[in-house]
Amino acid sequence: MNGLDIGWWGVPIAIIGGAIRVSTPFIFVSLGECLTERSGRINLGLEGTLVFGAMAGYAVAFHTGSPWAGVAAAALAGMMFGLLHGWLCSLPKVNDIAVGIALMLFGTGIAFFFGKPYIQPVAPDLPAIPLGWWTDIPQLEAALRVNVLFVVGAILAFAMAWMFKATRIGLIVRVVGDSTDAARAMGLDPNWVRLWSTAAGGALAGIGGAYLSLYYPGSWNEGISSGQGLMAVALVIFARWNPINCLWAALLFGGAGALGPALQSVGVSEGYYLFFAAPYVLTLGLLVATSSPTQAISGAPGELSITK
Amino acid sequence: MTALAPIGVETVGMTMKFGAFVALDNVSIQVRPGTFHALLGENGAGKSTLVKCMMGFYHPTSGQLIVGDREVSIDDPRAAHAHGLGMVYQHFTLVPSLTGAENLVINRPDVPAVIDWADERGALADFMATMPFAVPLDVPVSRLSAGEKQKLELLKQLYLGRKFLILDEPTSVLTPAEADELLGMVRQMTVQAGLTVLMITHKFREVTAYADEVSVLRRGRYVGGGKVAELSHADMAALMIGEKTLSQKAARSGVPGDAVLSLRGVQAVDRSGLKQISLDSLDVRAGEIVGVAGVSGNGQTELMELLAGQRPYQAGAIAVKGHAYDASRTQARAANVRYLPEEPLHNACAPRMSVAQNMAFRDFDEDAQGKPRFWLDTGAMRAKARELVAAYNVKTTSIDSPIAALSGGNVQRAVLARELTGPVDLLVISNPCFGLDFSAVAEIRARIMAARNSGTAVLLISEDLDEILELSDRVLVMSEGRIAFETPIGAADIGEIGQHMAGHA
Repeated sequence: MNGLDIGWWGVPIAIIGGAIRVSTPFIFVSLGECLTERSGRINLGLEGTLVFGAMAGYAVAFHTGSPWAGVAAAALAGMMFGLLHGWLCSLPKVNDIAVGIALMLFGTGIAFFFGKPYIQPVAPDLPAIPLGWWTDIPQLEAALRVNVLFVVGAILAFAMAWMFKATRIGLIVRVVGDSTDAARAMGLDPNWVRLWSTAAGGALAGIGGAYLSLYYPGSWNEGISSGQGLMAVALVIFARWNPINCLWAALLFGGAGALGPALQSVGVSEGYYLFFAAPYVLTLGLLVATSSPTQAISGAPGELSITK
Repeated sequence: MTALAPIGVETVGMTMKFGAFVALDNVSIQVRPGTFHALLGENGAGKSTLVKCMMGFYHPTSGQLIVGDREVSIDDPRAAHAHGLGMVYQHFTLVPSLTGAENLVINRPDVPAVIDWADERGALADFMATMPFAVPLDVPVSRLSAGEKQKLELLKQLYLGRKFLILDEPTSVLTPAEADELLGMVRQMTVQAGLTVLMITHKFREVTAYADEVSVLRRGRYVGGGKVAELSHADMAALMIGEKTLSQKAARSGVPGDAVLSLRGVQAVDRSGLKQISLDSLDVRAGEIVGVAGVSGNGQTELMELLAGQRPYQAGAIAVKGHAYDASRTQARAANVRYLPEEPLHNACAPRMSVAQNMAFRDFDEDAQGKPRFWLDTGAMRAKARELVAAYNVKTTSIDSPIAALSGGNVQRAVLARELTGPVDLLVISNPCFGLDFSAVAEIRARIMAARNSGTAVLLISEDLDEILELSDRVLVMSEGRIAFETPIGAADIGEIGQHMAGHA
């Protein structure tokens, strides 16, 4: 078999590879947002957190030489952003969506400011697991080169679903997200629960950012995110606030995103830029198809400002 | 359920002031151990304030609380729970998206970090086996009926080991049969299991049928009470209302005219999107009140939405006075159709706009000749609002205060004033008296009856069967999205109606 010419088979292989590669930041950001929204708050600032996480992770990895230190730094930075959002929203008469937009701009701005010196240097990459060792088709082997963070994210999705179902913390987050009154009657402090849910969500988004700069595309620049953080927030709604659905949605989105490059690689160059829009068109299409003008969105946390 | 040593609760000289307003004035009531005690009073009489003081939501200005034989100080609801006091609220405190089992477990003070569901389910099954009634525990609470939710609230309190239960109008959202079942069970538990119950209510029937003793509050004072067996409805009403005169029930007059509203073969999807609303034929004639009874969630809300143009329908026709009707503003105006939806503050008002502005919603955009206008005539709006506020006895500090600042009854009066101004040929009303007090209820019902007598066709959708029976000329029962039963009021049998409401006929 000629390993270099696999013809149209390259398209599905590239889509699978793309799904795994591109989806990881979406998995982390959407899981983070899922947790935050399940507690009854929306954090639109995750785009800023993602970009800042990418910068912070890259910078720390560059200075320490360890990509994992970079991931930890990105998570910490993300948590700080989450805490800031959570704290601002606990003040009276503060709107979480407005705060989120402000933090999105703040996060990207401050990342660009501190990130200028790191555009040139090269930081170490995160390791990948070569799951394609058994094949001699280089495209397939490349597609199956799976980053550790992808595996972590996939496990995390199931762990979070389990948490919402069978742990005290998970139930408390759901109670607070669904009914502030009930939570108060139970003696819980909704603001406190939301603060830490937002902080944890921010940390996950930070890790998603570290993946961007430390693995794929694997360098730091100002156009690194291009709105992925915002799309991940939309994915949560699409996934109906279910962590496992977030994983599938992120994979679907990543796969659709790989459609353009994959077609290009087999020589389809017409309408090339149009294929870059595929994930957005797909998401829009699916949202329209699964929505209903007469029904409330099922699964939406009751305290969310967009569903109230 | 194992028998507990019953506890009694007593308030001594309880006084609660909010600024200059005295909500409770030296109230002493005694709830003896193992009894079913009713707390009667109109809205605003201080019943809620009293129980909130008992539960630690409010700190009384003065007065003591005695639990068992000791004086206790209760600073917050947790302290009340620690003394075995629990409350079932009028609104549900269950978390809608959690299942019954999750709701019960998460409310326990000692929830383990990781919940072993197999274990918990076993424990819950054991607990349920000791209870006189069952509720499905594995579906989200949002899918339970109102009656099931109310039972689950009660179960929750018992699961948490409360021995003294305060029930705040527990039957306001239940059918008569559900209410009887629930109260019967509570009654049984006071007798057999040592539970002590204090129930807030408006309904004399429930007091007579289930309570041992009664205390009556009026304007923050204890005005009387005693053994239920020794008091008649008239005695209790006299204590509750005092010497105030109620507006008299308007007599019926006139004969029904032609059909004003007619629905034919209307098919629509309900809120959940799973069930079908299917109305084969519904007519409302001029000068009659058609009452639509039913347990909530059987399509009444959807019927209101269909008539108000808020819900699309797949098949059939809605006509008003023989013309197809899609509830646009123009059509509603041309056909003189008016609405009083349930919870008018949210469904028929802009809560933060002023009373005057809210009262002008029907006609602020047209001038005296019915031509569209660009500049508002604020002077005329205010004059009209003042006139309506006086005519309908709306209690507001000013016509410029936001309508959300008014009490429920006054919002209802304000909206009714707006909707009944000018010629009205069709009036569609939903739960007009929900949560209102005695005198407000009587007045609003009188207004509806007066509109009927002047030739308006009235469609009254209500979950309060007494209201339907009092006002209607014809009674329809909705069940599972269909009109299951129809009877003229003269032949109406409450048992038969109840059976159709419950879907058992």
